[in-house]
Amino acid sequence: MKSLSEIDTVSKRSSRAAGYSWGIAEEVGKNIRLLEIFSLPGIKNLNSFLNSKKNIKLENLNLITEDNSSNSSQYCPVIVGVNFLDQIKNLENLNEIKFKNIAYPVLFLPFVSRASEVLGKRILLKLDEKEFLMSFNNCIHSNFFKKEIIKIAENVSIKILKNEDSFTENEWKKLYKLSEETFVEESESLKNSGAGAGLTDND
Amino acid sequence: MNISLRDPNIVMKLSRLGSFHQSRLSFLRSFLKEFKDWDYKRDSFELNEKGYGTAVFSFKKENRVYSLICFANELDENERSDRVIATKWDAAFTLFDGVPTKLDIKRLKNEVPKQEFGRLSYKELTLSRANKSVRVFNHVVESLSNGVQPDKELLAKVGYLYRTTAVYGSGKFGLADRFRIKDREEIYGPFRLEMMLVYLVRQFTFDQVNHVAKNRNPKKAVNLDPEICKSLGIGNSTGLGMAPFIVNHPTLLNNWIYARETSLKKIREIKNVSINESNLFKNCLKKSIKNVTSWNTESEYQIKKIKSLLKDLNQFISFLDNEFDFNQEYPFNKLYEHLEEKYEEECIEYVVSMMMEPYDNIVTPLIKKMSSEEDKYFNIPAERTVLELKSILENKYSEVLKIDFEKKENNLNFWFISKNKEEPRLANRFDENGSDLEQPLAIARDIKKLYKRLLVSKNSSTIALFMSNNSDLRHVVRRAFIVEKFPYSEILDNTIGQEIVPIDMLRLKLSFFGALKFDPRSDKWLRICMFQGAPLPEQLKNYDEHWVYN
Repeated sequence: MKSLSEIDTVSKRSSRAAGYSWGIAEEVGKNIRLLEIFSLPGIKNLNSFLNSKKNIKLENLNLITEDNSSNSSQYCPVIVGVNFLDQIKNLENLNEIKFKNIAYPVLFLPFVSRASEVLGKRILLKLDEKEFLMSFNNCIHSNFFKKEIIKIAENVSIKILKNEDSFTENEWKKLYKLSEETFVEESESLKNSGAGAGLTDND
Repeated sequence: MNISLRDPNIVMKLSRLGSFHQSRLSFLRSFLKEFKDWDYKRDSFELNEKGYGTAVFSFKKENRVYSLICFANELDENERSDRVIATKWDAAFTLFDGVPTKLDIKRLKNEVPKQEFGRLSYKELTLSRANKSVRVFNHVVESLSNGVQPDKELLAKVGYLYRTTAVYGSGKFGLADRFRIKDREEIYGPFRLEMMLVYLVRQFTFDQVNHVAKNRNPKKAVNLDPEICKSLGIGNSTGLGMAPFIVNHPTLLNNWIYARETSLKKIREIKNVSINESNLFKNCLKKSIKNVTSWNTESEYQIKKIKSLLKDLNQFISFLDNEFDFNQEYPFNKLYEHLEEKYEEECIEYVVSMMMEPYDNIVTPLIKKMSSEEDKYFNIPAERTVLELKSILENKYSEVLKIDFEKKENNLNFWFISKNKEEPRLANRFDENGSDLEQPLAIARDIKKLYKRLLVSKNSSTIALFMSNNSDLRHVVRRAFIVEKFPYSEILDNTIGQEIVPIDMLRLKLSFFGALKFDPRSDKWLRICMFQGAPLPEQLKNYDEHWVYN
C-alpha cells in the first residue's frame, strides 16, 4: 500500500511535469491525498487526466460566476478548482453555481471539499447524476461508489448549504427532556449557597 | 526586563544558521529524556558465528512497544559504499510499531535489506541501513577475542563501529504516515522515532561485536567494556538530501528556531543567576572544548571556521574567568551583548547553546512545541489584498528584497532532483542541463519576483484575483502568508547564489538532531557522530543529562 506522503509527493511532481506551476502542483498533491483518504479514485483520475491532457481542448476559467458555460471545450478541473477555492468567499451568497463541461471532475471535487472547510458550511456538489455532500472537509457523503474514471461532467452544480439543523424543534425538545433525567433536584439550602446567591444583586 | 526575540533577519541568514550547535533542545537528547523510564529489552538475537542474522530490541511502557528489527548481512568488500547510490549494506533496520510476529519478521526480511527498493507497511515507522567501519570493527573483534580491550585512541579517532547512510520516516517507501501516530505524547518532539532507531542500532553494534568475538574464541573472549561502549556512537554520512527538507517544512523550521530563540530570551531575562547555575554553564563550556578539538575536516572553509571558533572560545573563557562577574543583575544578557560585540557567529551560537545547560525548567516545556502540522497552514487566505501581501513582503523579507537577481552570481545555481536516485542536487545553471526542471527552493528569487509583480498590481485587488493571473508564483504567495504568522519559518538568504554553502543548511538541521563531531568532507556532505558518550540503554533510568560534555 502506498503511504499518503508518497501519494502527495508523486501527484505533486507529476502535475508539475504536466505543466502546472509548483504552487498549483502543491494543491494537486494535497487534493489527491484527500481523495484517497475519502476512498475516492484520486490517483486513477489524475493519472488518466495528466496522460490525456495534451489531447483535450482545455479552457481555463479565472473568474467564477453563477453560470459558467464552456460549450466548445472543457474546463480544466485543476484551474477551475483553484479559482473556486480562492474565490469562495465571494461565491458564498450565490444560490447555485453552475458549470458546463468540466473535464475529469473528480479532480475538481477536493477543492470544493476544502472550500466547505474554509466557509464552515456544507456544500452539495452534483456531477451529472452523481451527488456529493461535503461536510467541512471532514467527510464526503456520496452515491458514487465505483472506483472509476469520470472523463467529463456535462452539468455541474454547486449549492452552498445554510447551517441548519437536520431535525425538528420538537425532536430536539423530546431528546432534551430525556437528558434532563440525569439532573438532581437541589434542596433550598443548596440553592441559597450557589454562585451568585445573596441578599441583593445591587451591591 | 523584557528582552525581544532576536531579529529573523539576523538569525535566519545561512551563515548564522550554519553556526548552530547541539543543545538541550536537540532531538537525541530530548529523546533520551523522554524514554529514560521505558523498559529496554533485547527480545531476540539470532546471529550466526560471523554475526549475520536477525535481532530485535525494544522499548516498552504500559501497552506501547517499539521494536527495532535488525538484519545483518554478509557483504563483499567491493560492495560496501556509503554513497546514496549503494544497494547493499552490512545491516538494515526498521522500527516496528508494537511486537512483530514471526510472519512480520519473515516479510520484513525480504523488504528491509532492499531499502528504497523494498516496500514497507503502516506497521513500520522508520527505516535505515548502516555499514561497518571495517577497520575499527575488525580491530575490536580481534582484541576482544584475544581477551583484551581495543585501542582507545583508534576508537576515539573514528567514534563508532557502524555508520548509517540514511534514516527514513514519515511515509517513505510505504512506512506509516505521521498522522497515524502524531497524537502519541512520547513522540511530540520531532524525529523521536528516527532517534530511537539510531540509538537502538548503536546497542546492536555493541552486541554484535561481542557476539562475533565470543564465537571466534569462546574461552578467551571478553565483552567490550561498557565505558568504551559509552564513548562510541553511530556515524552518519549526510549529503544534500537534508537541505530541501528545511525549506519544504516552514512551520516546523519556525518551531525549532522559535524554541531556541525563546530559550535565549528567557535566559537573558534572568535577573539573578545562582552560583550552581553559573558553574554548570562554565563547566559545560570548558569541557565541551574537547568536542571541538576532535573535529577534523579537509574542507578549507570549515577548517577556518573551526580555528576561529577555538580561538574565540578560549578568549571568551578567559574573559569569563578573569573579567566577568556573575553576581551582577541579568548576567546572561550582559554576556550575550558582549558576545555580539566581540565574537564571530560560530562562537556566539556555540555559547547560546551552552547557556541552556543550567535551565531545564526553561528548555523542557519548549521541546513539546517543536513539532508542527504543516497542512494546517496550507490554504492561502485569498480574500486578502495585494496591499497586505506587499506589506508582508516589505516587513518580513526586507533583506531578501535587496538582492539583485539580474546579476549572474546571484542566480548561478539551481536545485534539482537527480533521476538516478531521486535525491536533491545543486548545479550551476549556466554549465549544466536541467534548470527548466528546477525545484521550488529559490525562495528569495521568487519572493523578489512576486514583489515586482505586486508593485504593478492594484492595491485593493484580492489575492484570489492576483493569483488567477500569476499562478507561477502561487508557491511563494503561500509562504509569505506563513511567514506572517511564523517569523522564523524562512531562510532569509539566497539559496542559489555563487556564495551558497549548502553545508550551512545541513549543519542547521544536524545541530537540532544533536550531532557531535561534525566532519565536513566538502561543502556538500559531511560525517557526523550521534549518541557518542550517551548512556547505554541499561543506564538510562539514572543518567547525567550533561553526558555530552563528560
